[in-house]
Amino acid sequence: MVMAIRAEHELHRRRFSRNAGVGLALLGFVVLVFALSVVKISRHGPVEGFDHTPRHSLTEPGQ
Amino acid sequence: MTDATVITREDQGEADFGDYFALLKPRVMSLVIFTALVGLLVAPVPVHPVVGLSAILFIAIGAGASGALNMWWDADIDAVMQRTASRPVPSGKVEPGEALAIGLALSVMAVVMLALAANILAAALLAFTIFFYAVVYSMWLKRWTPQNIVIGGAAGAFPPMIGWVAATGSVSLESMLMFALIFAWTPPHFWALALFMKSDYHKARVPMLTVTHGRRVTRNHILGYTLALVPVSLGLALTSIGGPVYLTAALLLNAWFLASVIAVWRRDEPSAKADSYKVEKTAFRVSLYYLFLHFGALLADATLGWAGW
Repeated sequence: MVMAIRAEHELHRRRFSRNAGVGLALLGFVVLVFALSVVKISRHGPVEGFDHTPRHSLTEPGQ
Repeated sequence: MTDATVITREDQGEADFGDYFALLKPRVMSLVIFTALVGLLVAPVPVHPVVGLSAILFIAIGAGASGALNMWWDADIDAVMQRTASRPVPSGKVEPGEALAIGLALSVMAVVMLALAANILAAALLAFTIFFYAVVYSMWLKRWTPQNIVIGGAAGAFPPMIGWVAATGSVSLESMLMFALIFAWTPPHFWALALFMKSDYHKARVPMLTVTHGRRVTRNHILGYTLALVPVSLGLALTSIGGPVYLTAALLLNAWFLASVIAVWRRDEPSAKADSYKVEKTAFRVSLYYLFLHFGALLADATLGWAGW
């Protein structure tokens, strides 16, 4: 029979702190890159798709 | 991994997240964040908040990475100095190789991301700053010449210029004067510290001016560099980012800092020892207020400008 180890050691606390810290930092980085991408892309007006969709600059007057 | 391995790691003091964060020198990073933020906000080109936040974050990470590289290289010095003995590498919590890997990885990440978030010139300046602090200052100047603080101070002076360049895309007189302000401020700031921390540097065989040329010469140098600092501080008031708040603050702060430095210059060693370097410690504290309030005043003038005053 296998018994689960339940005792929480100081070592586990430090490892959890490390893993949680790295996890949160990576999550923050992903959110930041996403926000940066949205800002950078939206700054240049509507995105023009060239795959079977008409270009805004050709179809909309004044573009 | 065996149980025996786990116990060995535990004895060495396995690091938690805070120990890795300490590698980035958070206190130095806070000054970098503040001065870079001011450089970015006082620039005449408005920056989108997300782009501005990203630029400041990557400048801070780049500065932190150079701190990690410095801790990796200087672990032997840090171990013998009381002020730095508890840092993650000399205390055994973080392996030297880990500090090196973290420093290199974060350096590359910060430079690439700053180029993508802001512009290439800002990223190039950040890369040069990291190189200057980790290689020119830490590996070369620090152990070689008592001018280490003077030339190495350039590394700490770049952040407001990088913030400015992140916003405008170019280097201008204003950004050069913000650089010069920190550059001229660094020697009197650190030499004031060295006057009451001499035994530490002596033990570590770091050629600080106090160790190589004595305290009388150091006191003279502190006064000399502070006199050179005054015109830089006042000159900034005459540029486009100076205003009434900055001019007032600069006049008052220069008078205050000069008075405290002259008090240091007039003292001799016996009287300094008699009151445990009280005057030197005061000058060191005033130097911190001096820099913080100068950049705070620049920000205040910019804020008044946005408010239409």
